[in-house]
Amino acid sequence: MKGLSRKIVREISDSKNEPLWMKDFRLRSLDVFMKTGFPRWGPDLSGIDFSRLSYYLSPGSGKSSSWDDVPAHIRKTFDKLGVPEAERRFLGGLGAQYESEMVYHSLKKEIEEKGVIFIDTDSALRDHSRLFRRFFSKIVPPSDNKFAALNSALWSGGSFVYVPEGVKVNVPLQAYFRINAQGIGQFERTLIVVGENASLNYIEGCTAPVYSSPSLHAGVVEVIALKGSTVRYTTIQNWSRNVYNLVTKRAHAYAGSVVEWVDGNLGSKVTMKYPSIYLKGKGSRADILSVSFSGKGQVQDLGGKVLHLAPGTSSRIISKSICQKGGSSCYRGLVYVRKGMAGSRSSMRCDSLLLDSVSKADAFPSLKVEEKDVELMHEATVGRVSEDALFYLMSRGLSQSEAVSLVVLGFISQFTRELPMEYAVELNRLIRLNIEGF
Amino acid sequence: MALEVNNLKVEVDGNIVVKGVSFVIGDKDVVALMGPNGSGKSSLALALMGHPRYKIKSGSAVLDGVDITGISPEQRAKLGLFLSFQNPVDVPGLGVETFLRQAYNSVRGRMGVMDFHLLLKDRMSSIGVPGQFSSRDLRGFSGGERKRMELLQMSLLNPKIAILDEIDSGLDSGALKDVASELKKLSAGLLLITHYIRMLEFLRPDVVHVMKAGQIMRSGDFRLALRMDREGFG
Repeated sequence: MKGLSRKIVREISDSKNEPLWMKDFRLRSLDVFMKTGFPRWGPDLSGIDFSRLSYYLSPGSGKSSSWDDVPAHIRKTFDKLGVPEAERRFLGGLGAQYESEMVYHSLKKEIEEKGVIFIDTDSALRDHSRLFRRFFSKIVPPSDNKFAALNSALWSGGSFVYVPEGVKVNVPLQAYFRINAQGIGQFERTLIVVGENASLNYIEGCTAPVYSSPSLHAGVVEVIALKGSTVRYTTIQNWSRNVYNLVTKRAHAYAGSVVEWVDGNLGSKVTMKYPSIYLKGKGSRADILSVSFSGKGQVQDLGGKVLHLAPGTSSRIISKSICQKGGSSCYRGLVYVRKGMAGSRSSMRCDSLLLDSVSKADAFPSLKVEEKDVELMHEATVGRVSEDALFYLMSRGLSQSEAVSLVVLGFISQFTRELPMEYAVELNRLIRLNIEGF
Repeated sequence: MALEVNNLKVEVDGNIVVKGVSFVIGDKDVVALMGPNGSGKSSLALALMGHPRYKIKSGSAVLDGVDITGISPEQRAKLGLFLSFQNPVDVPGLGVETFLRQAYNSVRGRMGVMDFHLLLKDRMSSIGVPGQFSSRDLRGFSGGERKRMELLQMSLLNPKIAILDEIDSGLDSGALKDVASELKKLSAGLLLITHYIRMLEFLRPDVVHVMKAGQIMRSGDFRLALRMDREGFG
């Protein structure tokens, strides 16, 4: 299905047997998309051709039909990672069966007994319609930005998670398995609701490069953390290098809740992603930790936003970016403290590491503070790998690329330490692979 | 002969700082290199290890029959050369044990994670490095701690020739004695760069060279070191 029109949007909705309100929502969103211009700041998006996208993939269609169609650099990465053939075929977009589906099913049974809902978003609309409608698009309205509007018109897939009041999900909930079993949507839509005093640790994404023939990924993620709850959302994304990855991620944090975004970005041609947290309840806390790696021809435009809309709230934004071979990164951070929100605290820090002189890093931190009784800190650094550090490591028998890798892994260790072991190991391996041949 | 340096000239940022230096370190020799600040001792050490800014303009340095002047620091380390840095660098976020294991694996061959952990703990206790240091990052160590960390690395990598650039500075007399006795246990040929006599009293060099303005002005035995200590380098 190519091209973009009201007819297409209706067809998508009809093919899924959606309720009328959703069809209306999609059509209104399409109008918003048509009326809204591109962002007037940030990276060049002129390479996106909306007339050539595949808007809706019914299961099985649109995936590569042959391993040979998967780009060579991705196949090579799989080889280097030592990923077994079956997994490679799957992750390469060939849609093979994947044994992790089994792991997913047993976990699912365990949490379902506690009343947790963890399903794909389309099923949630169908099977939990009242709950779904109550929260859907309340955090990110279609009018938020052009790509949120596009997602709202065309969304398909993504995860829906609901954790009832007081329930603690102790094991990390890994959408990795679920998503791998279904293929990652181009316009995935994720909605997470964590009840009062409940907790959730949600992990999404996969460290193997995701090959997607379409060139645009416009996801929306909404997180609602009710009173006293704790939510951590971890993503590692490694899109193939032809993808524009334009994601809107936002959370609302109610009184006494804690929301943490942990966000790693390695792939894509252009990524624009600024996870934001609205601290709406007294004493709520926000933590945004991100890492990006930009190589040849890649632009990582990332950051974090926290709005202090209640007193006694606190936030921390930490961003680490690494650039090599002409890649560029840009950090945009915003901390806003509304008047009267006394006793709020915030710290913002962004560090960039350039591995050569042809790469580039910019930082645009911004503080908008209307209240006097606040504690704020912000710091931005741009550094290079020092010749002395490399020499020191090499004098201990390490090759130049091993030495660079160790410096880089040290640089992002604050991030890596927050990841579950297997993700940390994978991330480290991927970064080593990216640096090889440096 | 383990290391033979012949008429070595070293340039840093366009200046010749080592102006034709020759000496030899035999297999288990202890050779001392003394001299005032700025005489070119550290430049010589860095050039021998292969620092990219310290360029060898002419001359040779032959380690067990191999001229090392054209090869990378990594290869020099693998051939058995070690430099204990006067100012070891910090690498924030890099775990000490991770770093040491990778260095060990590169120079001495692969060892399992658990076996290495035990080896490391053993060496740390014998050198007097506190146990928790291995789980720290490679940063924020005090002057004395850094010297012990350098010695720990040397002990793990077991080089044929070790250049020790002021390993005695910043150590109190107890620590100095520990370091010296540890050095005696290792079977490397040593080039001790120092201003002070104390370390030499423990290690009793076979040969003492005195460097000044980029050249070796005098050579002798331990008595020369004693005289330099008494009279100064003037």
